[in-house]
Amino acid sequence: MSGGSYYVPANSRWPILGSLALGAMMAGIGIKLVYNTGAPLLVIGLLCVICVMGFWFRDVIHESMGGLYDAQMDRSFRWGMGWFIFSEVMFFAAFFGALFYVRTFTIPWLGGEGAKGVSALLWPEFVPQWPLLNPPDASVAGPSSVLSPWQLPLVNTLILVTSSITLTVAHEALKLGYRQTCRNWLAGTVLLGICFILIQGVEYYEAYHHYGITLEAGIFGATFFILTGFHGLHVIIGTLILASMLVRIIKGHFTNGHHFGFEASCWYWHFVDVVWVGLFIFVYVF
Amino acid sequence: MAPKLPPQHSLQHSSSAVAGGQSQEGQSHYPHAAQPKGLMRWLLTTNHKEIGSLYLIFSLTMFFVGGIFALVVRAELFQPGLQLVEPEFFNQMTTMHGLIMVFAAVMPAFTGLANWMIPLQIGAPDMALPRLNNFSFWLLPVAFTLLLSTLFMPGGGPNFGWTFYAPLSTTYAPASTTFFILALHMAGISSILGAINIIATILNMRAPGMRMMDMPLFVWTWLITAFLLIAVMPVLAGVITMMLMDINFGTSFFDAAGGGDPVLFQHLFWFFGHPEVYIMILPAFGIVSAIIPTFARKPLFGYASMVYATGAIALLSFLVWAHHMFIVGLPLTAELFFMYSTMLIAVPTGVKVFNWVTTLFRGSISFEPPMLFALAFVVLFTIGGFSGLMLAIAPADFQYHDTYFVVAHFHYVLVPGAIFAIMAGVYYWLPKWTGHYPNERLAQCHFWCSIIGVNLTFFPMHFAGLAGMPRRIPDYALQFADFNLLSSIGAFFFGASQLLFVLVVVLCVRGGQKAPAKAWEGAVDLEWSVPSPAPLHTFETPPVFHRAQSHD
Repeated sequence: MSGGSYYVPANSRWPILGSLALGAMMAGIGIKLVYNTGAPLLVIGLLCVICVMGFWFRDVIHESMGGLYDAQMDRSFRWGMGWFIFSEVMFFAAFFGALFYVRTFTIPWLGGEGAKGVSALLWPEFVPQWPLLNPPDASVAGPSSVLSPWQLPLVNTLILVTSSITLTVAHEALKLGYRQTCRNWLAGTVLLGICFILIQGVEYYEAYHHYGITLEAGIFGATFFILTGFHGLHVIIGTLILASMLVRIIKGHFTNGHHFGFEASCWYWHFVDVVWVGLFIFVYVF
Repeated sequence: MAPKLPPQHSLQHSSSAVAGGQSQEGQSHYPHAAQPKGLMRWLLTTNHKEIGSLYLIFSLTMFFVGGIFALVVRAELFQPGLQLVEPEFFNQMTTMHGLIMVFAAVMPAFTGLANWMIPLQIGAPDMALPRLNNFSFWLLPVAFTLLLSTLFMPGGGPNFGWTFYAPLSTTYAPASTTFFILALHMAGISSILGAINIIATILNMRAPGMRMMDMPLFVWTWLITAFLLIAVMPVLAGVITMMLMDINFGTSFFDAAGGGDPVLFQHLFWFFGHPEVYIMILPAFGIVSAIIPTFARKPLFGYASMVYATGAIALLSFLVWAHHMFIVGLPLTAELFFMYSTMLIAVPTGVKVFNWVTTLFRGSISFEPPMLFALAFVVLFTIGGFSGLMLAIAPADFQYHDTYFVVAHFHYVLVPGAIFAIMAGVYYWLPKWTGHYPNERLAQCHFWCSIIGVNLTFFPMHFAGLAGMPRRIPDYALQFADFNLLSSIGAFFFGASQLLFVLVVVLCVRGGQKAPAKAWEGAVDLEWSVPSPAPLHTFETPPVFHRAQSHD
């Protein structure tokens, strides 16, 4: 409930500059994809988005360290971050939903199963199976084989689960006031994040060059890359967030009682970790 | 830890905290030097009232843009045969009309009302995250500039209907579809961030003593709407991302040749799309639930049941999406499940309608413009609800699907539903915003023209649809000519009468009969305790909420 000291910021130029930058970036992406030109607009837009985020966060950090934020403001940030993560959950839910739908309904129906299996008439030779190595139409080349979950994906699972543990240790250390310890464990977490990204890169290389798993390789490639791709993007963003938290720890921005920026980063990282566990089970193992 | 460099505004803040007190003086607590004038004031603002006004002005502008697209459609359909526009352009107009009205007119109007009224109704100094609030708004003009620019691109703008079903929107789509996807991404980000802000505000910023069950219903319905937005806008983002991949990167999400499925698109789209239609109507329920008790001079018949009915509608909205897809080839179990779950929604909706009617029963009713629109809402929205019930019956829907009956149905719930409620809300709160009452005669005139126009436009569509006229086609068989003639005349009449609305609003901003703090005799909520016009900053010191103001 309101206590009468809620901080209402003065006017800020970052919101409108941010939306213009994002608009430039979106227009740049569109021009690049449709007309295969306009890369400069894309790059400038992206750089502006990053700059605006930097300046905006700088303002927030200054206000926070200036003691302008009361406990109620802290709760606003908590609700905000919590619901943002919920929106991310729903974003991934769309892709998981697509995967489950295709595996449960589309592939069997294409194979002629059930009352709706009439689409089997189009491709009578089609053999329904998952992972789908031979898409219905000859114009789409499927993957030659699929990645074993018990090699790189397992290693990555262990890395990401470990990173969640090291991050929790860092958080607990911060809560007890051991900034040095927190810094070290957080640095370890960032390192694990980087390892994950590198290994995922290697896996993508192998998928493309040795297994024939490409974006064009039918529904298996499509679901594989959209799920692991967006997850990988989130790991990259999460690692950047944690790296900036590392800088802030070193600069002494956080105290044991006042560090929601750090805590929000932890929430985000754990969310990314949980998504990976889901991916490992439903994309790689089963 | 000692702050290394206290930012500039810390002083301003502490002074305002010391001065406290909410009144017209509120403004003076903020140094004018920091308050840019002119254009920059609007571009850089973090004030919920200014951002609310920006949303409302943007929405009204887009209402006319989308309206002009609709009039192009109605002009072409004035008589059988192709006379005014090419079929390709006709398709772009139907598509853009839908997209603009849904994403740029109705949704931002409700967000604008939320920005203005939620902090005032719960006694908060502003939205929880004011800068984010401004970002949410400014994404919209950028997004819709990008969307409208597709009309001028080679191959034209989106032409596949506002539902953009694959493969029409992927394999057979114009080149500009990629821009359409990116614009929709930006609008989606705006909605999600706006919804996060609203939820944080409602959960965290209520005046001391105000429990959840003390909140005005507009706040309750927006809380639930914001939850729906956060739950389904990311799914829209997901599905348009898959489209983007299919179009530009050779994936086969919606292509059976690669093992994908066009029906998958429809499932994902309507998982977003059905809650989306409740996103456009729940805040309308909230507005009407504020206006009817005010002008019937009675408390709402059942406050708690209204809250629970809203929650029930929101939860059910996640379980009914495939009723848009009855003829796509669903298994029989799915047809039955989605048919019955859809009909179930009639129960909480009925609770609401009975609630409004019983509130009116034996009330001391007066018919000011907000009340006229609210009463029209109750009657005409209910007609839209009944035709929805007809469409929910799967075997009957096999006949109605993709006919003008569907067009009639959703225009009845959106135009005399959502848009009438928005107008009711505007007339209701204009005295609070401007300090003046809207011109009664002109507003009455606007109301009667609107209600005649709406019914003349959309009622004949029921008959055209039942007789078999398909939607989204620029030409039609001769037997539909009379119905279409009436619809087109009604559409132009309705469109023209909205100019009256602009006139009333402009006149009201410039002057008119002065309104007191409590502008309507029967109004009870917290917003009526601040002066009219509401000063720029209100409730800097939270008001003490008295149970007497409570709804139960």
